[in-house]
Amino acid sequence: MATYSTNEWKGGLKVIYEGDPCVIVENEYVKPGKGQAFNRVRMKNLKTGRQWEKTFKSGEALEGADVVDREMQYLYNDGEFWHFMNTESFEQLQADAKAVEDAAKWLKEEDVCVVTLWNGVPLTVAPPNFVELEIVETDPGVKGDTAGSGGKPAKLSTGAVVKVPLFVQQGEVIKVDTRTGEYHSRVGK
Amino acid sequence: MTDWRPGALLPMLQERARLNAALREFFFRRGVLEVETPLLCSSTATDLHLASFPVPPSFAAAGGTRYLQTSPELAMKRLLAAGSGPVYQLGKAFRAGDTGARHNPEFTLLEWYRPGWSLPALMSEVEALLQSVLPPAFRFPAAQRTYRSLFEERFGVNPHMATADELRGLVSVHTSFGEASALAASDCLDLLFSTAIEHSLGAQGPVFVSDFPASQASLSQVCVNADGDRVAQRCEVYLRGMELANGYQELVDAVEQRQRMAADLEERRARGLPTPPLDERFLAALAAGLPACAGVALGVDRLLMLRTGAAALDEVLAFPFSRC
Repeated sequence: MATYSTNEWKGGLKVIYEGDPCVIVENEYVKPGKGQAFNRVRMKNLKTGRQWEKTFKSGEALEGADVVDREMQYLYNDGEFWHFMNTESFEQLQADAKAVEDAAKWLKEEDVCVVTLWNGVPLTVAPPNFVELEIVETDPGVKGDTAGSGGKPAKLSTGAVVKVPLFVQQGEVIKVDTRTGEYHSRVGK
Repeated sequence: MTDWRPGALLPMLQERARLNAALREFFFRRGVLEVETPLLCSSTATDLHLASFPVPPSFAAAGGTRYLQTSPELAMKRLLAAGSGPVYQLGKAFRAGDTGARHNPEFTLLEWYRPGWSLPALMSEVEALLQSVLPPAFRFPAAQRTYRSLFEERFGVNPHMATADELRGLVSVHTSFGEASALAASDCLDLLFSTAIEHSLGAQGPVFVSDFPASQASLSQVCVNADGDRVAQRCEVYLRGMELANGYQELVDAVEQRQRMAADLEERRARGLPTPPLDERFLAALAAGLPACAGVALGVDRLLMLRTGAAALDEVLAFPFSRC
């Protein structure tokens, strides 16, 4: 892949740093008058998710990383891998537990996710922002309570546990915000 | 192609016109002559960290490579040596590679020289100029600091006496550079100053920082100050955490000037950087006699940012480098 020098590093650029694929978050050009120029860079490691700041001497270069985000449909889980399909090419890929991580508890068959690929291999999986899942287990709660205090835990079909209002019952399908892990609304049948 | 529109809105363009008129009025009242010197010269600054745009020779024009000027300094000193008296120039300067929130490779520099004046006297004039073009929020008296006092306050270290290893140690503690064995002492000073000192300078009124390290003298005189430190007679103005102007007690010794430039070229050669020819006409002017003088260069785009409250340089430029 091409190499990029400090004056080409813009937010969103994917590069390899110390062997890991990273994305440039911010690049600040720092130069005292007639002095050596530096770049104060905020980077995010796409493997670990960690963000940190690193100062480089201006003119240093990093290799570009072959990282792309692709919309793929979740098919199924075979116990070891999670299988996804590119809905345009019908090409199938499998992602391991490390790539899927926390997204696993929100994955519902046929939902479209964003799979980040590094050199063609799934690096991370982002579930859709909202997912509709059935409550498989929850206490009955107090009848008639519509503006309850805090709510009750409910286990969903994927195994995820979410806090729901007291009036929501087992067997109902609810909409959950995957970014916060919070109950959003009931889904009418 | 959708980015044809200007970066600066009409009110900003009007503000720049007002600022230029105010600057010209300031110098007219003080009897300083406006001059125009060439932007395209056969030589250019040798400073290690200045990158000039070269213009390749064409068969239509005689001579070798020409360079867009990084500042009008060399040409203006030739005017001074010819007896011009006090002069100023409001024009474009070019520094390749300098792009950021406060940098554009092409920018506007206000540079002026006062023969027979000391650097402190010239800095008083800089303060008067700032007072006359900046809004009331900036009208606090200027603070005077030395480079050393700022360093000691922040790091507990005398920057003129610290060893390269001590400075590298400070870099790994106070910046995100990491292990710094590849950095020269002067580079460490630059990074430490930019990272940990600069942004806190000039929160109200301007801060004048004098007595720079001798290694960063460029074209200014070097002397031993009252504290016994060997320093450059150089003064930088900071306001709202931004470097605004750079003033010198100008070096008039032709022999020392040639030595410094030759040393720069040696270092450039060693680093594989372009080595422009020495400006022999400039050195000849020095040899003929440059009057003792103080000079200063001020970033007009940054001045306009302060005057209008703009957050980034792009907001005050008709078209930033990437859109022209």
